[in-house]
Amino acid sequence: MKAVFLGATKGIGRALARQLVARGDRLFLLGRDGNDLQRSAGDLRARAGATAAGRATGQAEPARVGFAVCDLENPDGFGRALDEADAELGGFDTVVITAGLFATQDRLENDRALCRRLLTVDFANTVVFCEEARVRLLARGGGTLCVFSSVAGERGRKPVILYGAAKAGLTHYLEGLDHKFRAAGLRTVCVKPGFVKTGMTEGLKPPPFAGTAEGVAAQVVKAIDRGKPVLYAPGMWALVMLVIRALPRLVMRRIGF
Amino acid sequence: MNGSATPTLSGWGRSPVVPGHEVRSEDLARVTVGHPLSRGLGRSYGDSSLPAPGDAEVVSSTLADRILSFDPQTGDIRAEAGLSLRDLYRVFLPQGFFTPVTPGTQYVTLGGMVAADIHGKNHHREGCFGAHVTSLTLRVADGRVLTCSPTVERDLFRATLGGMGLTGHILEVGFRLARVPSPWIYGESERISDIDQFIHGLKEAGPRWPMTVGWIDCTSGGKRLGRGTLFKGRWAEPSEAPAHPPRPKGRFSVPFNLPPFAMGRLSVKLMNPVLYWRHLRRHQRGIVHPETYFYPLDALRNWNRIYGKRGMTQHQCVLPESAGRGAARRFLEVLVAHGGASFLCVIKDCGPEGLGLLSFPKPGISIALDIAVRDDTQELIDALNEQVIKEGGRIYLTKDAFTRPEHFRAMEPRLDEWLAIRRKWDPEGKLRSAQSVRLFGDKP
Ligand SMILES: Cc1cc2nc3c(=O)[nH]c(=O)nc-3n(C[C@H](O)[C@H](O)[C@H](O)COP(=O)(O)OP(=O)(O)OC[C@H]3O[C@@H](n4cnc5c(N)ncnc54)[C@H](O)[C@@H]3O)c2cc1C
Repeated sequence: MKAVFLGATKGIGRALARQLVARGDRLFLLGRDGNDLQRSAGDLRARAGATAAGRATGQAEPARVGFAVCDLENPDGFGRALDEADAELGGFDTVVITAGLFATQDRLENDRALCRRLLTVDFANTVVFCEEARVRLLARGGGTLCVFSSVAGERGRKPVILYGAAKAGLTHYLEGLDHKFRAAGLRTVCVKPGFVKTGMTEGLKPPPFAGTAEGVAAQVVKAIDRGKPVLYAPGMWALVMLVIRALPRLVMRRIGF
Repeated sequence: MNGSATPTLSGWGRSPVVPGHEVRSEDLARVTVGHPLSRGLGRSYGDSSLPAPGDAEVVSSTLADRILSFDPQTGDIRAEAGLSLRDLYRVFLPQGFFTPVTPGTQYVTLGGMVAADIHGKNHHREGCFGAHVTSLTLRVADGRVLTCSPTVERDLFRATLGGMGLTGHILEVGFRLARVPSPWIYGESERISDIDQFIHGLKEAGPRWPMTVGWIDCTSGGKRLGRGTLFKGRWAEPSEAPAHPPRPKGRFSVPFNLPPFAMGRLSVKLMNPVLYWRHLRRHQRGIVHPETYFYPLDALRNWNRIYGKRGMTQHQCVLPESAGRGAARRFLEVLVAHGGASFLCVIKDCGPEGLGLLSFPKPGISIALDIAVRDDTQELIDALNEQVIKEGGRIYLTKDAFTRPEHFRAMEPRLDEWLAIRRKWDPEGKLRSAQSVRLFGDKP
């Protein structure tokens, strides 16, 4: 697999990138902070070296892991960044997006600028990035587009109204792509993580079945391989959301979830 | 989880338990600004990784776990301080490299290994971890980030090795991995019938074996005082090692705190002879999985829960060569006289002192006792410490929760030099821990 990865430096993205290089996939990293990207590229290179040695293929050069700056807040740079990745990888077949913003409902209600930024990044700009990726993938007969949405987008819920709305839009977009372009070879994987203990959820109280970045990443690797269109991770959330989706409005209005 | 509203923290011994919580971020450099202390995986037993009274937060380094560079020619590696030994060895053992020094658990971070200047079964040969550290990146008390090494800011470097996090937040660690001939261990073990034989056995094995350690049955006194098992090991040569790589081991878990009788005096009394006689044949030898060899206790996750709600402490001391031949026997006699029973008692010989100004080891015999916390634990630790002082020895801060400041001072002639360097880098006393308040009189 040759993958462009937006968001590999932190959280689940970091764990996922590690699992991909560990099994021999080639990666090109995109993100907004060049220094941070360089550190992650070094990390992934060292971890890729381990598999090269483990396979004893005599390949002494550890895999290159390239990177380029690409900020989800600046859509003008998307096309150029993807082209750079394409050149370096010699044609990518997979695009993974784990990047995004998160803020609590409280903060978003009280900070209009932040609210606008989050809605723009998590919905509009992510979709625009996906469009750039989609065109490139389809032009070569298809590939995989794996994007992190969230269980927060499943239903309008009090604790995640704004963040959830952006993610709901993203989820819908990915479903639409799946319906329209799967036959043409584009496989979309919409990942809906539930609560996962990472830097992003730092300071929030974890619910009983909170996932780990490593566990979720392992699920995502499988989903990418199988082209599974929707993945709840940890799997428990599929059940939780089944119930949440079925709850009548009257009940939703009462509960705090 | 204890159901109460305020979050709490504790070390591996689960005693003491103090109010406080960890702040964590991948960006360790950012999150350390203005905080009094960093901690890693909390495998120190006592209060060294806990916030001072009044401080609500400590930084957790565990999300900062990237390998920044590695040179397969030399083994030189640089990584963020939160990288765990478990992660490290899974990446590098298949490439023929291992940490030059490892403690008895793989669930430690590089930062914790530096701050405690940990030692392993090979101390008599390789010294402490600090002997292999080439440079450290540190956020010091005034907020600056700087690099120190054996040649650059040497005083800061020396004070940081074994300095229990009190000289600055360790952000990055550069050190040299050791090349190993295969990923397997060749081990030999031997039943030993008393403490004097043990000391003799360790001394004799030292020059021939890179790794040595012993488990003592501390329940038997008199003639059998200090009987146990001596383990010797080295990395296996490719010709002896299995062709396949060792597979990472699974773990069992202790699901909850066991009731007090689980680690009562009686069960300790029963278990120790069992462990002793399990080693039926006088000698055993063969190829061993590296995890089984280095980290036998890791096979049981949360084994510290065995000690129940009150937790446990570890008393680890080194009795110097200058104390003469009977020192270990005299020490164990104090333990037995106080009715002290220890489920696990580990004995090891130490080589020369290293660079670290507060590092624990010095030439002699180290004895580590796991002790369940009870009403009389303070008295027992006091008695053991008085004996240690008499023999000219000292204790290991990373295990400690009960030592009195005057006792520590009496053990540690290097303390004033270390305190002076610490004051130079942190004149306002911004960096502190529960341990530094207890032992060094820091203002809470
Ligand atoms: C089963 C078991 C076996 C052990 N065997 C051995 C052994 O054989 N030899 C040995 O020497 N030790 C041994 N230990 C002790 C252990 O190696 C040390 O306590 C080690 O420091 C724990 O690392 P940690 O990452 O968990 O650090 P913590 O316990 O989280 O912290 C320990 C100290 O390091 C400081 N610290 C941690 N990270 C940083 C950082 N980034 N910057 C500044 N300060 C920091 C903390 O403030 C604290 O003072 C053992 C422990 C266990 C549980």
